[in-house]
Amino acid sequence: MRKWRCMICDFIYDEAKGLPEEGIEPGTKWEDIPDSWTCPDCGASKDDFEMVPID
Amino acid sequence: MSTATLNADHWVDQKKYLWLLGAPVMLLPIIGYALFELTGLGLFWWFSPLFVYGIIPLADYLIGEDTSNPPETVVPRLEKERYYRYATYLAVPLQYVSLVWGCWAVATLDLAWWAYLGAAVSVGMVSGLAINTGHELGHKTDGFEQWLAKIALASSWYGHFFVEHNRGHHVRVATPEDPASSRMGESFYAFLPRTVFGSLRSAWEIEAKRLQRNGHSVWSIHNNNLQAWSMSLVLFVGLTAYFGWIVLPFLIIQAVYGFSLLEVVNYLEHYGLRRQKLDSGRYERCQPRHSWNSNHTVTNLLLYQLQRHSDHHANPTRSYQALRHFDEAPQLPSGYASMIVLAYVPSLWFRVMDPKVAAHHNGDLTQASLQPGKEAALMARYHQA
Repeated sequence: MRKWRCMICDFIYDEAKGLPEEGIEPGTKWEDIPDSWTCPDCGASKDDFEMVPID
Repeated sequence: MSTATLNADHWVDQKKYLWLLGAPVMLLPIIGYALFELTGLGLFWWFSPLFVYGIIPLADYLIGEDTSNPPETVVPRLEKERYYRYATYLAVPLQYVSLVWGCWAVATLDLAWWAYLGAAVSVGMVSGLAINTGHELGHKTDGFEQWLAKIALASSWYGHFFVEHNRGHHVRVATPEDPASSRMGESFYAFLPRTVFGSLRSAWEIEAKRLQRNGHSVWSIHNNNLQAWSMSLVLFVGLTAYFGWIVLPFLIIQAVYGFSLLEVVNYLEHYGLRRQKLDSGRYERCQPRHSWNSNHTVTNLLLYQLQRHSDHHANPTRSYQALRHFDEAPQLPSGYASMIVLAYVPSLWFRVMDPKVAAHHNGDLTQASLQPGKEAALMARYHQA
């Protein structure tokens, strides 16, 4: 499981946790999130995310 | 081929060249000076505020609103056109022409105090408008544009806006945690210190966290806040060294008035609006209904469509030329230029805006953002459930 950080606002998408309130189940891989999805905090596109090394 | 596609193929941006107007507006104080020289009327030292608080509201009233949106199929092409970005670049050198002109005027023309003050407020208006340029440029991820944004913000000492706006305000907008979202029942004068100091603190904290994560000290050259403020410092020291101490009060007044202009605009953009908290503890996504919108054409042209604020917050990566009107967004009764004047007079502001906040929430004020201490009075007056 990996984490992705929004480069605009620092929101972190954690594959393990998903985003259940938006219908993204825990365990959903980054690749499986639709390209039209945007950062829930600042609206940035998926392209504006970078992978965060597991800490 | 459907009619919609045909229309999209032939769609032309009627406002394309009008976006250039955002640049010459930066020269308002100099235009005022020219008018003073022509007529001898001292009033023209105050030309920028007269223009922005008087002529623009009148023009908004006469020319009215434009609710049209570009066809969605055209948007990718429209977004890519570099021209629209170059149009914003133009404003940055011109704001500095006015600033230097102002220093020259107060240092060499032996002005009466009211003319000195008028020049400072007139140039301050330009520095305030420049925060709008900085806003547009600061949303871009291109390094050059981010530098240009900091330069645009330097004359008002508001470089930290570059940090706070994207990573603070956009994330927390219309929540109790956002210092830059005003509450129903909060006057502009109560909001001003809250947003100025709250945003400053937020910008510092956000940047400190980022620097720590990247392994840098907060007191390093990588600190965006320190970078931006050092530009302001160099600017003020340089101009004072060249023109003499007489320009220092001028520089301070124009900077304070300039950033107060940004903050009065912040005041009216989310007044009384609130995003609801979800069961997960996160706030609902920012929707068009969480920002006040205005389609008044003239102010929109001068502010790169900042007033299409509902779409801007719901879709912050959209460029200004592609921002849309949404019917479900709450609508300000006029453009920002007129609404600013209203915000300066709290009793009038409350009289006009409080019923609008109540109507937007269908009378359910439990959904609105209320000023602490005034909840009971506002509920008694406006709540209908």
